[in-house]
Amino acid sequence: MEIDPLQATLACAAAWLLIGFGGLLRPGSLVLSARVLFPAGAAIGLLIAVIAFTSLFRPPQALVLPLGLPDLPFHARLDALSAFFLLLLGAVSAGVSLFASGYLRRGEGTPPGLQCVYYHVFLASMALVLVADDAYFFMVAWETMALSSFFLVTSDHRHAEIRRAGYLYLLIAHVGAIAILLCFGALQAGTGDYTFATMRELQPDAGVATAAFLLALFGFGAKAGIVPLHVWLPEAHPAAPSPVSALMSAVMLKTAVYGLLRVTLDLIAFPLWWWGVIALALGLISALGGIVYAAVQTDMKRLLAYSSIENIGLIIAGFGLTLLFRGFGMGILAALALTATLYHCLNHAFFKSLLFLCTGSVLHSTRERSLGKLGGLIHRMPWVAWCALIGSVAIAGLPPLNGFVSEWLLLQAFLFTPGLPQAYLNMLVPVAAALVALTAALSGYVMVKFYGIVFLGQPREAKLAEAHDAGIWERAGLAWLAAMCIVLGLVPTTVIGLLDPITRALTGYGIGSAAHGWLFLAPLQPERASYSPLLFLAGTALLVALAWLSVRVFYHGRMRRAAPWDCGFPYQDARMQDSAEGFGQPVRQVFEPFFRIDQQVPAPLDERPAFREVHEDRLWYWLYLPVARAAEFVTTLVTVLQRGRISVYLTYSFATLLVLLLFVR
Amino acid sequence: MLSLQGLVSQFAVLALAVLLAPMLTGWVNQCRAWLQNRSAPGLLQPYRVLTKLFSKEVVLAHNASPLFRSAPYAIFGCLALAAAIVPTLGTDLPLNAAADAIALVGLLALARLFIALAGMDVGTAFGSLGARREMLVGFLAEPALLMVLFTASLISSSTSLATIVQTLAHREFVIYPSMAFAGVAFTMVSLAENARIPVDNPATHLELTMIHEAMVLEYSGRHLALIEWAASLKLFVYSCIGLALFLPFGVAGPGDWVGLLVAMPVLGVKLAVGGFLLALIETLSAKMRIFRAPEFLGTAFLLAVLAMLVHVLLEG
Repeated sequence: MEIDPLQATLACAAAWLLIGFGGLLRPGSLVLSARVLFPAGAAIGLLIAVIAFTSLFRPPQALVLPLGLPDLPFHARLDALSAFFLLLLGAVSAGVSLFASGYLRRGEGTPPGLQCVYYHVFLASMALVLVADDAYFFMVAWETMALSSFFLVTSDHRHAEIRRAGYLYLLIAHVGAIAILLCFGALQAGTGDYTFATMRELQPDAGVATAAFLLALFGFGAKAGIVPLHVWLPEAHPAAPSPVSALMSAVMLKTAVYGLLRVTLDLIAFPLWWWGVIALALGLISALGGIVYAAVQTDMKRLLAYSSIENIGLIIAGFGLTLLFRGFGMGILAALALTATLYHCLNHAFFKSLLFLCTGSVLHSTRERSLGKLGGLIHRMPWVAWCALIGSVAIAGLPPLNGFVSEWLLLQAFLFTPGLPQAYLNMLVPVAAALVALTAALSGYVMVKFYGIVFLGQPREAKLAEAHDAGIWERAGLAWLAAMCIVLGLVPTTVIGLLDPITRALTGYGIGSAAHGWLFLAPLQPERASYSPLLFLAGTALLVALAWLSVRVFYHGRMRRAAPWDCGFPYQDARMQDSAEGFGQPVRQVFEPFFRIDQQVPAPLDERPAFREVHEDRLWYWLYLPVARAAEFVTTLVTVLQRGRISVYLTYSFATLLVLLLFVR
Repeated sequence: MLSLQGLVSQFAVLALAVLLAPMLTGWVNQCRAWLQNRSAPGLLQPYRVLTKLFSKEVVLAHNASPLFRSAPYAIFGCLALAAAIVPTLGTDLPLNAAADAIALVGLLALARLFIALAGMDVGTAFGSLGARREMLVGFLAEPALLMVLFTASLISSSTSLATIVQTLAHREFVIYPSMAFAGVAFTMVSLAENARIPVDNPATHLELTMIHEAMVLEYSGRHLALIEWAASLKLFVYSCIGLALFLPFGVAGPGDWVGLLVAMPVLGVKLAVGGFLLALIETLSAKMRIFRAPEFLGTAFLLAVLAMLVHVLLEG
């Protein structure tokens, strides 16, 4: 019997909804939600991943659902691009749901049953965003996603700062949603038909297309966290429970990337080259800014949130490069840049969710989020520590794990840019490549800080001695994600083969078939560049084993434990290690203009010396506060209309209706 | 793809690098002693030190984790592989297809990540201070090195090291202005990455000045021996990258057995000259404050970017 993948996907989304609302049966029951519903959700996630995997190579399928408003049914469609992001959603959510089964606890704000509802509605809405084929369905799913994630972020709503973070998130999500709505309005070009199929048929003129692109970049950029619309990200991610942070960072940000790709490369289909320059510039600013801010953070989840901004920046930079090549009609290079972009989406989804879940385990076990109060957890939590090491090496973009492959592809794409027909671009693009390299190197710095301070060294607080390792469910989730980080790093040719149908559909070219053999990743010609992670790993492993064996054979394995040497200083304690602030200090000094620093240094003869330093985002003062003040000013003008009597308000409604009728008729 | 000559030269390169790297360090130390009017230690002194360390037992801090114990092997393995990638004798290296210039930089960064994490593991003040400074040097030096390699890649339109060396070696003799900028940047980067004056001083244990030594303070016995050996290998790798990019003459092409034999003494001479120049630079310059290091490395980074720009503008 042939199963229709699109129907199966929709059925899975419905199953997620059903599982979610199952939590309402007994909202207070931890056993029901954690032991039954979340594992079932994980199974559905795997199922979606399998369905998406099989439908990558099938022709697109469309369906009209008997749902929606009269004369405005929901259209659904599953093509290679949707299938790829569904695969990402399914595979990542499987790991996160497994972890969440062990992570849920009683008595943390929202009861487990309700969290189960929000969580699965969130998952289902993301799946529906990916298969929506008309603007109406897309916006419904998009808004459901925003609202359900808002309730998840504010799970712990008893804390004022969490409510504030949720408010900020909701605000920016909706400003973005308006832009997306307007973008679809521009794309339908007065036909009144909001299906994507019609938008694909229409050939908008350059002005309309540009307006649509800029609106899409603004709207989806607000969701993805592109600078300067990133401010909600470092607030919302730490506020949310760790599985939710993982899902938001790993999958939700990618739905925004999906939206951008869908609008610019599928619905508009003929991008102008200079759009690519805008995207490239914004991407690079986000990447560098994100990682520089990550380096000075003292809260481990905020650090990871800023690192998400960096990774989204790299993805958007790759997207910009794709547009640039596509705009100049260099199809094969556009395919290379798009492959790098999609590959990085996949990689970021896995390693970032892994690291967020690791911080979740640490948080549960120690009740501490501040880097300055952690340390030495590799002894107490070995499972989490080794999984986090895999995630850290992957996110730092080091071979042979997955982060390196996508950065390698991105840099290769940059190295081809001297062929561009624009002289000025030729000059600027090496600078862009240099910024990517700097970002990659800085992410290594940030990961040493993160890993070294949380897991290595001496425990900075006495209570850390009671820390316990993650439970069996949590370990299963972590192990799945860590394994995927390794697999994605070791078999790049297979992954690129999977991305081939997407790049063929969106740019007309593919580099999957050009890969030379399964062992060597050679995007264009093997003499130009090639990389083989398997041989690389085998070489390193062989040399390490050889070194270990020869030391044992030719010498000895004697060892004695003693107190640390530390240049003979006997009074050293945990507080003499570098703090998170201390570790960030060099970056703060090198990139001083990036920060707004408020420093209070004690006077020389102070009896009780205190040192305080706050560094803030300059954008708050340059952009957000002026906008907020302007909005406040406008609202004071509008208060003139407020009379506090219902009859006056009814008159307003009547007048509005009259004016609208004038326009419509 | 695999040829007999490829395999032979692959093993020759690896064995030569691993065995001769300490001698290069010994040679630099000897030159430096002569230049500073001291009586020099023998050329084989590093080997004696390594043997001594290997025979001693390891004294491990109470709270050292398994990461601390495995890091020396990982670092040694990474740097040995890096040495095997750089085409110093012949361009027909099987491992060259597995890792290109970007992977080489990644490999060096992987070794740095491990050594910095190991430095933080015991949780002493010196260890984390060293790790932080090492990463500071690293995040500025790594992109600069990458840009230097990219300049060469743009000239030869390939990131494969073998193709780069082949293109640079077999062209008619032209001085590329971009490679001149790249050369200056590369020299600065190598000084910083190998913990040399003016950025770091390999011969001191003074806390205000040390970077590399601060990180490895807690290591002893065979672990310390491996770290020291890896440090020698790193110097060897950087010297070889420099020779491959800026003096690629005398490297054997594919199928050239005689060239492979000739390449060995040529490499020795080139390394000896390079080592002497390194000692000269170290003798002539003073150690700078750590706060000045970002400026120094920032200059190197800008010079490397400039090299790429010059290539695009003048030679493209």
